[in-house]
Amino acid sequence: MMDDGGREGGDPWLVRPGTIRGIRIVSLAVLAGLVALDFAVSKDGDYFGIQGGFGFAALYGVAVCAGIVAVSRFLGTFLKVRDDYYDD
Amino acid sequence: MIDFAFPPGAVLILAGLLLPFLPGAMRRVVLLGAPLLALASVWAVGDGPQVETVWLGLKIVPVEGDALSRLFASIFAAMAFAGALFALNRTRAAELAAAFVYAGGAISVAFAGDLVTLFVFWELMAVASTVVVAAGDNARGTAQRYAVVHFLGGAVLMAGVAGHVLATGSTDFVAMEAANPWAWAILAAFLINAAAPPFAAWLPDAYPASSWSGMVFLSAFTTKASVYALIRGFPGEEILIGFGLFMVFYGIVMALLENDMRRILAYSIVNQVGFMVTATGVGTPLALDGAAAHAFAHIVYKALLLMSAGSVLYATGRSKCTELGGLYRYMPVSCLCGVIGAMAISSVPLTSGFVSKSLISSAAGEEGMFALWLALTAASAGVFFHAGIKFPWFVFFNRKDYLRAGGGVPNAPTPQGPPPKDPPWNMQAAMILCAAVCIALGIWYEPLYQMLPGRAQVIHDGAAAGYTAMKTAKIVEQLQLLSFSGLAFFLLLGFMKRTPTITLDADWLWRGLPRIVAGALRAPFARARADAVNRLEKLRALVGAAAFRTHGVQGIAARTRPSGATAFWMIVLLCALMLTAWL
Repeated sequence: MMDDGGREGGDPWLVRPGTIRGIRIVSLAVLAGLVALDFAVSKDGDYFGIQGGFGFAALYGVAVCAGIVAVSRFLGTFLKVRDDYYDD
Repeated sequence: MIDFAFPPGAVLILAGLLLPFLPGAMRRVVLLGAPLLALASVWAVGDGPQVETVWLGLKIVPVEGDALSRLFASIFAAMAFAGALFALNRTRAAELAAAFVYAGGAISVAFAGDLVTLFVFWELMAVASTVVVAAGDNARGTAQRYAVVHFLGGAVLMAGVAGHVLATGSTDFVAMEAANPWAWAILAAFLINAAAPPFAAWLPDAYPASSWSGMVFLSAFTTKASVYALIRGFPGEEILIGFGLFMVFYGIVMALLENDMRRILAYSIVNQVGFMVTATGVGTPLALDGAAAHAFAHIVYKALLLMSAGSVLYATGRSKCTELGGLYRYMPVSCLCGVIGAMAISSVPLTSGFVSKSLISSAAGEEGMFALWLALTAASAGVFFHAGIKFPWFVFFNRKDYLRAGGGVPNAPTPQGPPPKDPPWNMQAAMILCAAVCIALGIWYEPLYQMLPGRAQVIHDGAAAGYTAMKTAKIVEQLQLLSFSGLAFFLLLGFMKRTPTITLDADWLWRGLPRIVAGALRAPFARARADAVNRLEKLRALVGAAAFRTHGVQGIAARTRPSGATAFWMIVLLCALMLTAWL
């Protein structure tokens, strides 16, 4: 996930390849576990039926973020200018 | 509660006016002591009007207390303390003095019982905050633009207040309906200060131009005083739902496009205030409690995020994401506090943002407003995306080491000098204090709920019950939403490359467009000017030639006359005069 390469020996444990691999595995396990909790958690307090759908919040989160990135990139083509544009 | 007539805002205003004249040690005592004294004064204000007078035939109530006033005034005073602790080693006394007057103005707005008092302190806040903005490096132009927008807002507010008082005969600051031009003017003035469109751009323009300490103060008062004024003046005004939702998504999209960490956080303020404005528009007691609670929580976690960003700016002198990253190993306290602030703004369970934003989405749910609930849920994911991950990731992580040249970022300059480190103890203490409050409010949220005007009550089947944020299903739903948004962030990271750019906003209309128009008109103007100069030259030549003919060396007017001829004509004239007199 980190941008740059370089020497590994002096890297703190957080950015060592082994640690990053571990973080990825744990993160994926947590994601799967959270979705699996939908089988176990009662949905009594829900306001709308859609909240009871399996993995609704997970799918909605991904879809919303993809949509936001798409909209941002589209608008960015028109709105992004060099940071010295106003030069004041 | 003891009824206490002394205006709590005056404590900070007087302290602010005194600060520039105090020596270093005494200044520090006042910086830390005055906000605490103001906080104690806030809680000494009882319910109802505390001070009442008549001025020019108008009823003036400078201090009127209730739960909403005390809630906002408390967090304003507390924030003045945290901001002062963070800025304790700031040498520019004018900024600190203005910040205290600004905070005092905000507290006074919260206790204003009439529209005249509200207007006076509204303007005081505008003046003082302009000074805070201007205290930033090279912020003079920005401060001028900031002042123009805020004084415009003040003029609109004054027109609205004057019309309202004339029409109703009352100065009372109570709930209104936007049903006449005067109420509309007051609403518009509140929305301008809340950074609502089309004037939202003043906030991301001005705040990032302030100093590393100034932005902490700026983030707390103006927009939140506006939220207070909207809750007090226009609860349930439906148009606010539209304004609020626009602000929510506008803030997310613009923050995603930005490269400067402080501009990201500035757009994030607009986004968060959007939640509060939306809740005010819903207008049910639970929604209004949500707006107030979210303002309270937001002031703390936004200050924490800006303290973290301010520490980075203080240590590195940089604020662009393209030039940052990999700071986690050099600034662990700033990093950890920034991450806690990012978790709170993202409404991660067990943080303050979760218990406050839940009130807002639940208020939409309780009213069966499905589309609004869906939009607010989407916005929660977007907040995590733009502020919860983007800020800490690109500032503290992303690169293995801040000091390594390039870091995979094209054209990123190599940092010079010694490695950056966490800021001085007072700045760390302020961050740790705010981080602790963010977590404490997320765990022990009942005291906050009890401070709310409606005490976070929900009514089911006619029976009122206390709202519970910590429901298992809600926690799981929120964790799913946020964690999969985080997954989307890393999957889509390639589409969000940082570039050394800014994003044009509505202020382009008065900052960029005039330059383009001037540029486009430059050539025709130059041609017209050259043509006019040419014509004038010709005219001058014509006039010159004609004048030369008569007045030149050979001209008739330049000829010399013999004195005999002059004497002859004088005699002729005298004779003519004598003849005329004799006849």
